[in-house]
Amino acid sequence: MTGHAAPLTDSVDPYLIPALDGVAYGLLLFVAASGLVLCFGVANILNLAHGTLYAIGAYTVAALTDGGWGTLALALVVGVAVGAGAGGLLAGLLAPVARRDHLTQALLTFGVALAGGAVLVAVFGPDNLPVRIPPSLEGTVEVAGHRYAAYRLVFIGVAALIAAVLALVVARTRVGMLVRATVDDADMVACLGVNPARIRLGVLAVAGGLAGAAGVLGAPIIGPAPTTADTVLLLSLVVVVLGGLGSVRGTLLAALAVGEIQTLGVALAPAVAPFLLFAAMAVVLAVRARGLRARWPRLRPRWGGAA
Amino acid sequence: MTPTLGRRLGQAGTVGALAVAVAAPWLTDPYTTSLLARTLVLGLVGVSVALLTGIAGLPTLGQTGPYAAGAYAGAVVGLHVSPVGVVQVLVGAAAGALFGALTVPLVVYARGVVVLMITLAIGELTVTAASRWRSVTGGTDGLAGMPAVQPVWGMGVLDSDRARYLYILIVVAVVVAVVLTVLRTPAGLLLRASRDDEARMRASGHRVTGYFAVAFVAAGALAGIAGSLLVTAQQYVSPADFGFEVSALLLLGVVIGGATSVGGAIAGTALVLAVRDWFAGLLPGQAPLLLGGLFVVTAYLFPRGVAGFSAGVATLLRTRTRRGTARPDPGGPGEGPVPALAAPVRGGRAHRGPGAGT
Repeated sequence: MTGHAAPLTDSVDPYLIPALDGVAYGLLLFVAASGLVLCFGVANILNLAHGTLYAIGAYTVAALTDGGWGTLALALVVGVAVGAGAGGLLAGLLAPVARRDHLTQALLTFGVALAGGAVLVAVFGPDNLPVRIPPSLEGTVEVAGHRYAAYRLVFIGVAALIAAVLALVVARTRVGMLVRATVDDADMVACLGVNPARIRLGVLAVAGGLAGAAGVLGAPIIGPAPTTADTVLLLSLVVVVLGGLGSVRGTLLAALAVGEIQTLGVALAPAVAPFLLFAAMAVVLAVRARGLRARWPRLRPRWGGAA
Repeated sequence: MTPTLGRRLGQAGTVGALAVAVAAPWLTDPYTTSLLARTLVLGLVGVSVALLTGIAGLPTLGQTGPYAAGAYAGAVVGLHVSPVGVVQVLVGAAAGALFGALTVPLVVYARGVVVLMITLAIGELTVTAASRWRSVTGGTDGLAGMPAVQPVWGMGVLDSDRARYLYILIVVAVVVAVVLTVLRTPAGLLLRASRDDEARMRASGHRVTGYFAVAFVAAGALAGIAGSLLVTAQQYVSPADFGFEVSALLLLGVVIGGATSVGGAIAGTALVLAVRDWFAGLLPGQAPLLLGGLFVVTAYLFPRGVAGFSAGVATLLRTRTRRGTARPDPGGPGEGPVPALAAPVRGGRAHRGPGAGT
């Protein structure tokens, strides 16, 4: 058996590290995209400023950390708070146009993204900022005979924890119940005496906090730069679309798939790498076309349920 | 104002605008002329956005995709095959239509904000692909060194900004005239009806998805033509011409122009581009901040564009005794910007006309 297994491990071996990178990247995208899908599923808002909220988190960690654990924790708290605050601000800006069409809301959030990006560049400068992490995470660890960045391994653990907590909150708590109910029928929830404006505020703030957390934790992977907001927004959008617009499990699977495509796919097939995301979207949408056709016009994203 | 008077005024305005557009290169310097040529090109992309957003009710942020496809196809043909403008325009149209046909299955089953999301992803992925596919697109460096364009076989080459501008003006005018003509046929009516009440159209046996698919491919062809004209205008093409900001500016221009009007789309796009360039000159480096503010202000002031705004005011004046909302009745063709969008995607709250059964 071992005689047969050895060549197999040899052929798999070079791709182990990109595959692990893909998991880290995918989980980062999941944390970022879950905020976007929350905005979209619950508040029915296409938040084009979502990438900017991530960038805020990334810039926060670049500005605050000096390589110690304390400053990293401080950056996490500040990043989440600022992200949530920015999300709340966005909800306030959106309140006057809440009853208008999606186009208006999308334009508004894009204006905020444009202005926010300009402010970030004005404050932090147009260069890519370096991010310092605690020295104990700077090294590498041994993974199946390879050296792998310790930070990414820890990040995988932390992001998986966030994902699990998020899924539990949505599936098991009263707040999560309210969120799922709003996704299914916002008007009925309003009839039950829950103020829709407060739901929107809460959702945008939580989404902002998630984006901020993703920015703080993911800064060593997708670092703070003027293009960060665009990159994160695009990848999150692809994840949300691939994930079927609403289910936690679908979003997680899509995020991991996109992460693998961006790392393992590039390592395996560099020639067609630019088109891999396109191809993935086409394949997934084609496979599920019938289901999507029935589902999209009604838009009943399922949270916490089967994908 | 009587309808005939309104129509006459509209015709007079169109003729006046055309006259100014023809005379413009003699009234301004070459630099402004080249800016105007680019504005015309983007105006044509704006028409393609308005066709989808306003007339078919599929709001799009991704027409930069077929625009880029047409531009690169036109550039490659211009570099390696033929300097003839007509050939480049046709190749651009074919490339844009092909792009539309390839991406239509991703879009056509979705509605409302989901379309925005998917088209945005498509547009952005196109830019990413364009900047990485070096062998064809030249990557982020772009393609340069295009030989001067010859409009048709046997004609001289376009060697000045004025000549290029006039050539682009003619092509855009012809294409827009074709679009307007087609929209006046039953085809345009079917598209608007599908936007306004899809369920009723389906119940009457219309293949709404098919109509939207055709509109999407046609809009792709329009954007492709605009792409090939962009190459003629600036003799250079790079992924920066198709960024996210361009999509958003186009959408803003189309919304300001009233979303359902072809002329409004061109005027709105021109206005937004002029304001952007004005901002850039006014406060160098601060343009994105001001532009972001403009988006926000527009969202507050003109939720359905200037045309929709005036239509809303008119409805409000006429029906002051009725309940307060100034939402125009989605009945009349051409007015009432994007009711398909205004209607919530989820159940409930859908105050649509009687018999709009869903």
